[in-house]
Amino acid sequence: MDTLNNILTYVGLGFVLLGSIFLFLGALGIYRMPDLYNRLQAGTKASTLGAMSVVLGVGLMQPDWLIKLLVIIIFIGVSNPLSSHALARASYRSGIFPFFKKKIDAYEAEVEKEKMSAETHDPASKCGNK
Amino acid sequence: MNIIIYISIVLISIGGFLSFVRFVKGPTAADRAIALDTLSVIGIAGLVLLAFLFQRYIYIDLALVYAVLGFIGIIVIARYIEKAL
Repeated sequence: MDTLNNILTYVGLGFVLLGSIFLFLGALGIYRMPDLYNRLQAGTKASTLGAMSVVLGVGLMQPDWLIKLLVIIIFIGVSNPLSSHALARASYRSGIFPFFKKKIDAYEAEVEKEKMSAETHDPASKCGNK
Repeated sequence: MNIIIYISIVLISIGGFLSFVRFVKGPTAADRAIALDTLSVIGIAGLVLLAFLFQRYIYIDLALVYAVLGFIGIIVIARYIEKAL
């Protein structure tokens, strides 16, 4: 039992160190990247992995707290991609475009089509996008 | 064993400082919202680490509530930037 606890403690320390390195790299990407979409990519993906890894490492070191920490991990894994998606959609629709020249933009036609249909078909649907 | 926890806390603090610099000088509002999102995730990880370091169980509840409130705040800010609110 004692050796098992020792092994779990060392594995948890490894997870904590790995996760904090990922959190640092994500924040460095937030600081250094030239563009809003690059910052979004670096910031949300790396920081999601880093936070999940840190919380899992603490849960391995302290097995009494594991259930509530698993709730936190599941919530981070659900909510962080959602918020990044909402931010990317909002910033595209408010007219912020990528810094470099873009090659493929599949969302532009979609936005144009929505705008056209909202203008032509019925005027009441302009304010209906709640 | 504690030295690794201290190293992790220093790394997370440097990350929070870099993200805060972007929060202060970001050109648009969406940049600031992204930096705020990263700051809240860094805050959650830091709270869990501090809970292990001080052996306080109550900080875990604090981290959970902070995760929920930060998520709702980011969604509201995104809807406001989209001018759909």
